[in-house]
Amino acid sequence: MSVLKWTYEVDGTDFTRAGEASSNLKKKLRALGIPAEVIRKVSIALYEGEINMVIHADGGVITIEMSPDRIDMILADHGKGIPDIEQAMQAGWSTAADEVRSLGFGAGMGLPNMKKNSDEMRIESTVGVGTTVYMTVYINGGPKKADA
Amino acid sequence: MQEFFHSVTLDWDKCKGCINCIKRCPTEAIRVRNKKAYIIAERCIDCGECIRVCPHHAKRATCDSLDILKNYSYTIALPAPSFMAQFNNLEDVDIVLNALIAFGFNEVYEVAKAAEIVSAATRKLMATHDLPRPVISSACPAVTRLIRVRFPGLIDHVLPLHAPIEVAARVAKREAAEKTGLPPEKIGAIFISPCPAKVTATKMPLGTDVSAVDGVVAVSDIYSKLLPLMHHDSIEYMSETGKIGLSWGSSGGECSGLINDNYLAADGIENVIRVLEDLEDEKFRDVDFIELNACSGGCVGGVLNVENPYVAKTKLYRIRKHLPVSLNHLETADLVDGDLDWDTPLEFVPVLKLDENVWEAMMKMEQVEEILQSLEGLDCGSCGAPSCRALAEDVVRGLASIDDCIFRCKNHDDVPAPFRTGGEEKGE
Repeated sequence: MSVLKWTYEVDGTDFTRAGEASSNLKKKLRALGIPAEVIRKVSIALYEGEINMVIHADGGVITIEMSPDRIDMILADHGKGIPDIEQAMQAGWSTAADEVRSLGFGAGMGLPNMKKNSDEMRIESTVGVGTTVYMTVYINGGPKKADA
Repeated sequence: MQEFFHSVTLDWDKCKGCINCIKRCPTEAIRVRNKKAYIIAERCIDCGECIRVCPHHAKRATCDSLDILKNYSYTIALPAPSFMAQFNNLEDVDIVLNALIAFGFNEVYEVAKAAEIVSAATRKLMATHDLPRPVISSACPAVTRLIRVRFPGLIDHVLPLHAPIEVAARVAKREAAEKTGLPPEKIGAIFISPCPAKVTATKMPLGTDVSAVDGVVAVSDIYSKLLPLMHHDSIEYMSETGKIGLSWGSSGGECSGLINDNYLAADGIENVIRVLEDLEDEKFRDVDFIELNACSGGCVGGVLNVENPYVAKTKLYRIRKHLPVSLNHLETADLVDGDLDWDTPLEFVPVLKLDENVWEAMMKMEQVEEILQSLEGLDCGSCGAPSCRALAEDVVRGLASIDDCIFRCKNHDDVPAPFRTGGEEKGE
């Protein structure tokens, strides 16, 4: 065994269930004895990702790969895609509908928060096809983060 | 690791081995083996949920008997704010305080008084912005213990101040020693408690090494003895508490003492856990303070109380209605260093992890997942563990056998005819 692998289906139709994957993963990481700071980063990054998948992409699939030194999170959806990733990464930028904003979401902090809480993050997106976000959080430090 | 003392214990003879308690325990600390429940000491947070739910009254809180008064030359009663809500038609807190003296205590120091001092100290500490927001109350010992074993990421948020009972005991004992000239060991500070977790908190405190509370008597033990001593006439004015102090007895009371609208109060252990989970995911962005009480309704809901928590809450409102806001202030309180601030930091106790070594833990988790796949997933509790996952973890930890699952012994093809019709066959 080199890694543990878990997959979570994210239901895009039920807003109240967003966060189930991060909550479930958190319990597992706790049972593994992962440091609190790592768990915190992983759960925040994943939770923001889940919310994005529900708000913008009608759900998708999350794959978690965990090895003793790192946790990789792959969030894949078949949503409308992101036309300009650089713009989407800017704090405050949001295309969320008003009804979502009225619930307190859509503040444009989702992607910036995911970046802030992961050690590495990469986005692949094709308009009309979907988006895949790759995030990595290192356990016990790992290689230094390239940019802060 | 610290040795674990627990107030919540099991009466072996009364336990029938049913599964009510294992399903309700918030830290999955109870297992049933050979028709008896066992409490896993390092996981128990003394919240008292099992006492509340046990239909056979087999779970109990170990408190001190009233005989403890005999151990001291001078005794101080420390009644909890919620205690004042246990009586019918009580219009004046002084009636209860006088009854405590008539019962045999030499002195009464209201915990509500210390609560007002803690409220003032919290306001001062919050104003410095030294603590990460939101600040989480440390007054409920079951919640503080829950955070310590389950929410390591939130430990920094816990208010590093003693709970009102601890402050009350420290101040009252010092004042009594000065007044009587007796050495501290001859003075007994006895808490009249609604709560088993407070017993644990005095025997094995968090935030300090030794608690100043010398004994904890259950409200339910002293209640009936106090009733005949309660008189309306010729009572001495004793109470020195305002609205804020008494409000601590029910959920939201501690928050209201902060005089700040940016707070949240949750009560009931399940709700508390939900708030802590959300807090860990940083879902609350504009909250300064979070008050959490393990019991529904707050301390009025404590398992050692006698009155219905919601009736008690109403009574508390009624008693405090005409009181001034607060009668105790930091500037005028008789405090010395250490009365308020924790001297020992709260530390994470990882009782839920599978192995010390991450690699080993991962191997064990893989086994857990494999076992889990082979189980029915009904979480029926018949094996003695609260859920299928808990059984799978117990098997991997070597504490249970997969054959404990009753469904593995059953023949699933043997379904009686009336139950055989599935969804798609309906209406045929």
